[in-house]
Amino acid sequence: MSMEAPAALRQEVPTRPRLDMAELFRRYGLQSATAIMALVLWIILAVGASGTWLQFDIYSSLMSTVPLTGIIALTLTLLVIAREIDLSFGSVMALGTWVFMSVHQPWLGLLAGLAAGIGAGLLNGVIVVRFGIPSLIATIGTWFFWAGIVVYGTGGNGAGTEFASGSVTRLVTGRIGGYVPAEAVWMLGVAIVLWFVLNRSRFGAHVYLVGDNDQSARMMGVRTDRVRVILFALVGLSAAFAGIASTLEANYFWPTVGSGAMLPTVATVFLGGTSIFGGRGTIFGTVVAAYVIGAIEPGIVSLDLTGLLTQVIYGAVIVLALLVQAFVLRRAQR
Amino acid sequence: MTNLLELHDITKSFGGVHALEGVSLSVAENEILGLLGDNGAGKSTLIKIVTGFHSPDGGTIRWRGQSLERLTVQRARELGIETVYQERALADQQSLWRNIFMGRERSNRYRLLDVSGMREETELLMRDFLRFTSQLVTPETPVGTMSGGERQGVAIARALHFEAELIILDEPTMGLSLVETKKTLDFVRGIKAAGKSCIFIDHNIFNVQQVVDRVVVLDRGRVAGEFNPATMSIVELVEHLQHVAETGSFEGEAVAS
Repeated sequence: MSMEAPAALRQEVPTRPRLDMAELFRRYGLQSATAIMALVLWIILAVGASGTWLQFDIYSSLMSTVPLTGIIALTLTLLVIAREIDLSFGSVMALGTWVFMSVHQPWLGLLAGLAAGIGAGLLNGVIVVRFGIPSLIATIGTWFFWAGIVVYGTGGNGAGTEFASGSVTRLVTGRIGGYVPAEAVWMLGVAIVLWFVLNRSRFGAHVYLVGDNDQSARMMGVRTDRVRVILFALVGLSAAFAGIASTLEANYFWPTVGSGAMLPTVATVFLGGTSIFGGRGTIFGTVVAAYVIGAIEPGIVSLDLTGLLTQVIYGAVIVLALLVQAFVLRRAQR
Repeated sequence: MTNLLELHDITKSFGGVHALEGVSLSVAENEILGLLGDNGAGKSTLIKIVTGFHSPDGGTIRWRGQSLERLTVQRARELGIETVYQERALADQQSLWRNIFMGRERSNRYRLLDVSGMREETELLMRDFLRFTSQLVTPETPVGTMSGGERQGVAIARALHFEAELIILDEPTMGLSLVETKKTLDFVRGIKAAGKSCIFIDHNIFNVQQVVDRVVVLDRGRVAGEFNPATMSIVELVEHLQHVAETGSFEGEAVAS
């Protein structure tokens, strides 16, 4: 009689919950932390300067400025996950735009400009992969090189973009329904496509493997050099697009376009939780981080703080965010 | 038993150094072969020849009776020869299923990754081969959080899952604790149970003796001898190996006793 109970108990096969709390935290902890930080920032702004942050205008404005760094930050995220970096994208923005302007025919110019961006990216990739030069150094070199080429080629002179004022301008920087900037739609599209590439394609799986353990990926048949070169080309393509978009938005081509893009873009990638050591990073994190970085400057102005504090707050937000990330990561790995 | 792999009179030298001087050896179907030998005996050169990394200067390689001319790494993998390198084999921050399917990710007809299918297969492997009992380990667990023995198991499971016929384990227990070592040896028994073959290289004869069917001893580029560990005690085995180390062959047994 007393034997039956334990026997019955033994019959119960423990069913494993598909997702427990620890695992949820490990998988989504970092992304949640990024989202919460963005929310806290928004609440501070909405309370402190409700006149600005509860109106649509500021968001329309952010949607035209943020995508310019955001689109590059998205492709750069993949490159950083693969444990490489590109610092040359600022001058590739100028290069692509200069080629676009030089062709002087809107559609052909757009294609040529984007192709120039891909070419500059391929060059970075080949220098890194073929000659084994660390990407940090190689792309500092090409950064100066392309900036110099554009200054030399233009003689330092700008030009208006009237020749492209038709369909190309509408496509790249138009206002959908009169309100929503096309750049924002482009960035959303790029984010969705890259999310699928990163999470649902073999190529994306290889991006993570290259960044995590290049040697074993190679032993298991992953063509690691090819992955790297493609990623550099993607960053070049996105840089050329961003350069052309910001030029069309301003209706004027400055040969120095892109010269201030490097720090906010790189900060966006790391603020979004992508690891500088490779193998980890998300598209979601980068999208949120792009808007956080983009909101800091208008946020400071709207709170009536002096503009001289901008850099202080930039620095503080970035360092604070990285500290939170480090904390979340350490908890997750236990 | 038929022979899966047959090496006959393999020679290889690097510059003036004779790494292998006429090595002949075979691995039968479903056999676990232990390969012992001191540093510099030629074990790793031999393995690199089998995996197609080096080509031999002389001698023949046969796979299921067929002669293999110019074996490449690619060809060796197609045949089902898989090497498990300790530690270097896995991507630590990636999940278990991504490691199992590393380089062989499966996608559906839309060329999207078949994530749920790969997760399910990983779950089956965990249950049937790895026997991970902890509820904390799921297909999503990053392999970096696992112990050395578990990681070794993941690497072996990966090779088995992709129909490796011959799995080469190069010092799989190096740096592992006793419990971890036992776990790894269990995985080697799993290779046997799965009907596959294995070349097991280790310095530690206690480990080798527990799982192998036959031991071949290499010394200074030659086969010094082979024996059946089932018919020999550990003490005799150690004496043999010491004798080999001193004289380079087994033949001095009568002299030694």
